[in-house]
Amino acid sequence: MASDIKSSEIASGWLKAEEYAANFSDLHAPLSTHEAYVEADRCYFCYDAPCVTACPTGIDIPKFIRQIQTGNPLGSAKTIFEQNILGGMCARVCPTETLCEEVCVREEAEGKPVKIGQLQRYATDHYMRDHDQPFARAEPTSKKVAVVGAGPAGLSCAHRLASYGHEVVIFEAADKPGGLSEYGIAAYKTVDDFAQSEVGFVLSIGGISIEKGKKLGIDFSLDEIRARFDAVFLGLGMGSVNNLGLPGEKLSGVVDAVEYISDLRQADDLSALPVGRNVVVIGGGMTAVDAAVQSRLLGAENVTMVYRRGKDAMNASDYEQQLAQTRGVKIIFSAQPVQLIEGDAGNIGAVEFEYTSQDNGKLAGTGETFMLDADMVFKAIGQHFVGDGTDAIALKAGRIEVDENRRSNLEDVWAGGDCIAGGEDLTVAAVEDGKVAAEAINQYLKSERG
Amino acid sequence: MVDIRSEFIGIKSPNPFWLASAPPTDKAYNVVRAFKAGWGGVVWKTLGEDGPPLVNVNGPRYGVVHGPDRRVLGFNNIELITDRPLEVNLREIKQVKRDWPDRALVVSLMVPCEEQAWIDILARVEETEADGIELNFGCPHGMSERGMGSAVGQVPEYIEMVTRWCKMHTRMPVIVKLTPNITDIRFPALAAVNGNADAVSLINTINSITSVDLDLMTPEPTIDGKGSHGGFCGPAVKPIALNMVAEIARNPETSAIPISGIGGITTWRDAAEFMALGAGNVQVCTAAMTYGFKVVEDMIDGLKDWMEQSGYDRLDDFIGRAVPNVSDWQYLNLNYITKAKIDQDLCIKCGRCFIACEDTSHQAITETKGGERHFEVLDEECVGCNLCVTVCPVENCLTMEQMTSGVDPRTDEAINPEYANWTTHPNNPARIES
Ligand SMILES: Cc1cc2nc3c(=O)[nH]c(=O)nc-3n(C[C@H](O)[C@H](O)[C@H](O)COP(=O)(O)OP(=O)(O)OC[C@H]3O[C@@H](n4cnc5c(N)ncnc54)[C@H](O)[C@@H]3O)c2cc1C
Ligand SMILES: Cc1cc2nc3c(=O)[nH]c(=O)nc-3n(C[C@H](O)[C@H](O)[C@H](O)COP(=O)(O)O)c2cc1C
Ligand code: SF4
Ligand code: SF4
Ligand code: SF4
Repeated sequence: MASDIKSSEIASGWLKAEEYAANFSDLHAPLSTHEAYVEADRCYFCYDAPCVTACPTGIDIPKFIRQIQTGNPLGSAKTIFEQNILGGMCARVCPTETLCEEVCVREEAEGKPVKIGQLQRYATDHYMRDHDQPFARAEPTSKKVAVVGAGPAGLSCAHRLASYGHEVVIFEAADKPGGLSEYGIAAYKTVDDFAQSEVGFVLSIGGISIEKGKKLGIDFSLDEIRARFDAVFLGLGMGSVNNLGLPGEKLSGVVDAVEYISDLRQADDLSALPVGRNVVVIGGGMTAVDAAVQSRLLGAENVTMVYRRGKDAMNASDYEQQLAQTRGVKIIFSAQPVQLIEGDAGNIGAVEFEYTSQDNGKLAGTGETFMLDADMVFKAIGQHFVGDGTDAIALKAGRIEVDENRRSNLEDVWAGGDCIAGGEDLTVAAVEDGKVAAEAINQYLKSERG
Repeated sequence: MVDIRSEFIGIKSPNPFWLASAPPTDKAYNVVRAFKAGWGGVVWKTLGEDGPPLVNVNGPRYGVVHGPDRRVLGFNNIELITDRPLEVNLREIKQVKRDWPDRALVVSLMVPCEEQAWIDILARVEETEADGIELNFGCPHGMSERGMGSAVGQVPEYIEMVTRWCKMHTRMPVIVKLTPNITDIRFPALAAVNGNADAVSLINTINSITSVDLDLMTPEPTIDGKGSHGGFCGPAVKPIALNMVAEIARNPETSAIPISGIGGITTWRDAAEFMALGAGNVQVCTAAMTYGFKVVEDMIDGLKDWMEQSGYDRLDDFIGRAVPNVSDWQYLNLNYITKAKIDQDLCIKCGRCFIACEDTSHQAITETKGGERHFEVLDEECVGCNLCVTVCPVENCLTMEQMTSGVDPRTDEAINPEYANWTTHPNNPARIES
């Protein structure tokens, strides 16, 4: 069988230098001042606006848009940061088409929502260009809080706690803070090292220190920090990508999509990053789309995303699917992998798929199969929580169980972001979790004796 | 077949659209371009006395009010009358009139309030064979400081005196251009009537400061750290101009005098509105200065199309048609009851009607129904003011519906089909007993 599979073609430098630069530049060019005025003018300043309800962090959208319109972009940004200190990142990465913009009354009126995300970017860019974060820190309290994980959840929590005067130490396993904003989000959504500038912006409030390269469960234990600190917040994200559970997963060229994207995000020279000529992405979420699109942008010739269910069940929004398709990614629905086939010795050569059908909500193979040539296969069928060093914490559906204040089963431990059960796995949701937890921790610290 | 040829105080033009006296009519070059573009006539930029020409400022002359997308809603200016030699203007006027005999060419004039000054200029204008003159009693800046322009237009006795001189010393028809910078437009209009003017034209620009530069703390436009009030014009002044035209048209003492309507006219519809309120023709300045002379094409076509659809063959068929319907408040029918109604299929649930009525009017719109976001008018609270219609962003979504029978749930009173106004209302201490 292996004989009719052609030899593996993984290479780097498919494109010219300018092409890499163009491909990985801003997905949406920022609005000019005039464009921002015109767009801001489209907002009706709705009463009890539906967009605000749809924003997980509850940003006062009509207010910030009006502030743009009245020529006060700095005030506008402050309105945003009051509810969402990572408003700059969210302006770039939020799937607005399924959040605020989906319910904008202009969407109902004419199918063209106010470009809330782009206006948010206009205001926050304007502010962050030459200002530190806008909030004053309260008089230092004597309380200390440990935050584990410097992703969006951890940063948001730390900022809010610092604003109340508490001292915060963030323990971060990686070399750089930012979590998936730094290692995961598609490169063209956050150009110019934005994740790191945003971390600097958040920390400029003072009272927060980061200890990098410190991993919970390896470098320290939960008991140790619970003893040293008055409260703990866990913003651990998710650990690793789910396996396909098929033979051949060890073949060279079968890659964890999140890891690959992380390499891409950290690459100094994209032309040195190897990518296959024929790429197959298995999965239907944002990670799958990002892996597929970025492979194309790196120069892969044929990129096919294969998702086991139908279009409507896909986690990636219509907008994301369109983005993939306009970037030349082919999407095949209702097919699941059955075999990873070796090409050259030790390398992946092709994947065999079987079409599926839904039977009473249950997915079943139809028996009909097809093959796709593959020099690289990306696994993007979801991640799961690993949770090193969190044995004392109760889980639910494999992730940390929390109450509405994001408190875990331990009285002094809160958690938020991708690591908790029932979340949306979005940056903006992580920010809200961190904020809600910080408010609860602050209450707890105020009421705690001593 | 619709005919939009116009005859205004004996002056013929192929359509009722004239350019007002202003920069677009300052010299032959512009006027010829305007005629080529289709304008029916022009009032030449105001001429002054012979002698050394006037000087204008050499800095900015305009201050603007922008709407969305930098749409010009209005601007003001601090420009004076023509700054070109009288001789040159007169020569060009003569040549243009000779070359364009079918177009109206009226000359705007402003000289000091001395009879001889008017005698001198009138003689020279007559030589050009222009169709008529317009007396600029309106310029509100600069010239007024020298006792001309609105300094004359604000004193009815002067208007009457100068108008009379002009009627005495020329055979040309005389149009008196009125300033809106007065408290009651009927007085200067009556002065023009008493001076035997052939027509009035209005409005000239409105005294204004368009904005303040908050860094420099100076009014706009700013010249070397200072600014001066200027004359405001453009779409924003239209409502003021329309009312002034209507006031003259429905006042028995002035209703007979022909009116040339000016002020914010930008479209055929604006023009039709001025004419419905009694203007025999219209003059345009800001629309041309914003979009160029080509705007007249849509004015001409639009007016014709509307007349055709409405069954009007000639301009006279609709000129003044709305005048009888302009009434004093006291004669409005108090038995006419309306209620706002929301078309739920069109409603996009922005909530603007709700918050407007709730915060600032009569608490007559619901916010929710069965826990859901839902906007609906409560007839028992609605006074029929139509604020909600005004603020609703969706056309025809909110409408005012007349109640013709039954009981008004707000007052619990039966609908009275009879007309009744304030003059006979029981609450009016000065009511007329019937
Ligand atoms: C490829 C990809 C694309 C995405 N695109 C989008 C998008 O476009 N828009 C969007 O809204 N969301 C997107 N997401 C989701 C979004 O990135 C996450 O929801 C968000 O980052 C979650 O924030 P978090 O703080 O919970 O976790 P993370 O961002 O994962 O941060 C967790 C942090 O904790 C650290 N950590 C983990 N374990 C330990 C430990 N034991 N000890 C110490 N530190 C630890 C990690 O190193 C990391 O820095 C994407 C995700 C992926 C994978
Ligand atoms: C720059 C400028 C200069 C003007 N100069 C004169 C003038 O010399 N004589 C005059 O009678 N009116 C003058 N006007 C007033 C216009 O003729 C016209 O009455 C006024 O602009 C209102 O019409 P609009 O809203 O169409 O512009 C001037 C207007 C502008 C904008
Ligand atoms: S729903 Fe749309 S129009 Fe209404 S306030 Fe929000 S952004 Fe503005
Ligand atoms: S017409 Fe006036 S009172 Fe009636 S609902 Fe509308 S705003 Fe309220
Ligand atoms: S203003 Fe108009 S569109 Fe908006 S809620 Fe009211 S009726 Fe509906």
